[in-house]
Amino acid sequence: MCLAIPGKVESIKGENAIIDYGGIKKSANISFIDAKVGEWVLVHVGFAIEKVDEKKAKELYNLLDEND
Amino acid sequence: MTNKYLKKIEQIAKEINKEVTIMEVCGGHTNTIMKYGIRDILPKNVRLISGPGCPVCVTAQKDIDNMVALAKSGISVASYGDMMHVPGTKGSLAKAKEQGADVAIIYSAQEMLKTENKNRVFFGIGFETTTPMTAYLLEHGICVYSAHKIMPPPMRAITTETKVDGFIDPGHVSCIIGTKFWHELNVPQVICGFKKDQLIRAVYKLLVLIKDQKNEVINDYNEVVKETGNLKARELIRKNMKLYDAEWRGLGEISKSGLEPKNDNLNAKIKYSSILRDVKSFSNKACRCGEIIKGICSPNDCPLFGKVCTPQTPMGACMVSETEGACGIAYKYKNG
Repeated sequence: MCLAIPGKVESIKGENAIIDYGGIKKSANISFIDAKVGEWVLVHVGFAIEKVDEKKAKELYNLLDEND
Repeated sequence: MTNKYLKKIEQIAKEINKEVTIMEVCGGHTNTIMKYGIRDILPKNVRLISGPGCPVCVTAQKDIDNMVALAKSGISVASYGDMMHVPGTKGSLAKAKEQGADVAIIYSAQEMLKTENKNRVFFGIGFETTTPMTAYLLEHGICVYSAHKIMPPPMRAITTETKVDGFIDPGHVSCIIGTKFWHELNVPQVICGFKKDQLIRAVYKLLVLIKDQKNEVINDYNEVVKETGNLKARELIRKNMKLYDAEWRGLGEISKSGLEPKNDNLNAKIKYSSILRDVKSFSNKACRCGEIIKGICSPNDCPLFGKVCTPQTPMGACMVSETEGACGIAYKYKNG
């Protein structure tokens, strides 16, 4: 339940952003962090909880592949 | 990278030359450890045990029963999918839904703000990672039945009851609370991510701390975990929630280990106390979830495991979550 998924901020409207998870795009609340378009974030139950750098985020993608 | 650390682990385990017990606190860590058989590749004197970090598993029977009672009384409720199949004394939330109760399954906390969900009672569960979202809902006037818990108090309790030489600390809980709280436990700890390489490296770093008798905390997930944690999320929790003495499955009541709404009008336990007053809870006596959560026994030690208790027919909470529950994971990877 504490797993978080990395994605890239595509656009921002108020507290919400469209996050691109390797092609799948969904809305998430970004009010807990100061995120900008193009940055990578970790999302947990619909909320971004931290920013991550792009290289690390991509490493985390590999993690998700492994865990499936 | 992994091989390098495995060799180093072997070497340092020889030098320590006595049995060492390491607890991985988070259910997500347990999943990676079981999936890759990490327990089996470690030296014989290094024992990994699972801790109380599966939110579904540690939720008290009473909290399940209370939510089922609310739903059956005609109150519209909502829950994360993880909790739907946890057996209560009189069935699960899924069963209540089957029988006609209005139970919505929520995947993102934001769904609670939709018009059709705003008047539901939200079943808030989880540790510090999931709590800020509930605090956000409270800020927006959603009524919450809170079973939210914080991680450090049970870990403190475990260090006095079970012999644990070191903890692998949960990565995303730390992302919210930061690193400071762990220092207060005064036990060797490594904050870790969720990949197998990270976990093996964490075991090595813990063994070094244990060998050198250093009660330090190493942040080995610093790409995500900052020293202060997420200040905005913490502030939202502080503003909307307060500590209370929460009941944990297996561990009993632990002082100031839970978070509930500050606003009584949004606290379902108070708002619906007339319904909840009469709810009676009984646990299945043969189920050993409580001991499994404390690390005292393994799923295979339970007489129900894999026989009458399976993911399709869970008798206890630890079987329900196949991603975080010790029994669900052990069943999935056929390794009790």
